[in-house]
Amino acid sequence: MPMMRGLRGIGSRVINAIWRIGFAARFFLATLFYSGMSFRRFRLTVREMFFSGVMSLIIILVAGTFVGMVLGLQGYETLKRYGSESALGSLVALSLVRELGPVLAALLFASRAGSAMTAEIGLMKATEQIAAMELMAVNPIARVVAPRFWAGVISMPLLAAMFSAMGVFGGYVVGVVLIGVDEGSFWSQMQAAVDFQHDVMNGVIKSFVFGVAVTVISLFEGYDAPPTAEGVSGATTRTVVESSLAILMLDFILTAFMFRGD
Amino acid sequence: MERSTLDLWVGMFVVAGVAALVVLAFKVGNLGTYNVSETYQLQAHFTNIGGLKPKASIKSAGVLVGRVTEISLDNERYEARVVMSIDKRYQFPKDTYANILTSGLLGEQYIGLSPGGEEQMLKGGDEIKRTQSAVVLEEMIGKFLYNKAESGDK
Repeated sequence: MPMMRGLRGIGSRVINAIWRIGFAARFFLATLFYSGMSFRRFRLTVREMFFSGVMSLIIILVAGTFVGMVLGLQGYETLKRYGSESALGSLVALSLVRELGPVLAALLFASRAGSAMTAEIGLMKATEQIAAMELMAVNPIARVVAPRFWAGVISMPLLAAMFSAMGVFGGYVVGVVLIGVDEGSFWSQMQAAVDFQHDVMNGVIKSFVFGVAVTVISLFEGYDAPPTAEGVSGATTRTVVESSLAILMLDFILTAFMFRGD
Repeated sequence: MERSTLDLWVGMFVVAGVAALVVLAFKVGNLGTYNVSETYQLQAHFTNIGGLKPKASIKSAGVLVGRVTEISLDNERYEARVVMSIDKRYQFPKDTYANILTSGLLGEQYIGLSPGGEEQMLKGGDEIKRTQSAVVLEEMIGKFLYNKAESGDK
């Protein structure tokens, strides 16, 4: 009966998905529980910050500059219609600090560092390094997973801040240097519009949440990957897809809470 | 434990990230323009505040002299009660007018103070008695249409 088989297929997929969610939640709690080592032996975390944070610097800085430059161009074209080119500074800064900085930096981080984390842990599992650690009574969550988690969580807000700062610089280059918007009104309108607590700090909180989501998804996918070449490649793909979706959905929820009404 | 080049890179990364945050706070945000000077509180009642919000600016002769700190509805008079904190450096006479104005055609609303000629100055906690409400565009259009219709009858 093909219909029965179809129904059975759907059912097993749903059960499998719920199973994975439960395992992911337990995995996240275990990571938090065993994170003592990543602070006592902070070197482990520093090493991972090098691979996830420092190595993502170039893509973040270049992408931030270009996003800011595009905002400068597009914003100028639109604002010119209403004769308010002087508001270009606040447009560029607000859109970067509130949305584009945290979201785009997290998307880049997921595809640059998150996929690498998944592949690394997946391969460690495939080559039985994780099983070997367990045999030596070394907890792989504490030794391998938690330092990567904290490295990602610490790096993400810093990367997002750099993205926004470079974006404002890019907007300045296009708006003031190339197009010729008045420099004084560019900065003063920006400073009048951007509130430190309401805009900058909420952006930092957003990028912190995205950092937690991206690293947990990447690490879990790596840890849960079937120990084959195919399994690791599938897990890497899933990491990028799932963390991108998680970032965009979380962004909507956070924005709804933070910027509602005013 | 020894220092390695890796630590140097991570250190530079953290310093650059914190520097970016500082730039966002002071150059992009308003943390650098916060005036830490002391303020005193004044309050005023308006029949309609329009779109005035907390933190809106208070200007006199176009100069920023303070900010709106609190807006609430006075339940006895059914009027809006606005608390403002004014920079201690600026004193205003007792018969100062407080008007709710709009910067530009569609801009933000702010309170404009136009001082009168009284000798005595307002002190902290005092109330500005002479106020003028916000101009609400819909009401104006409504009045205009009403007048039009009335004159059309004749």
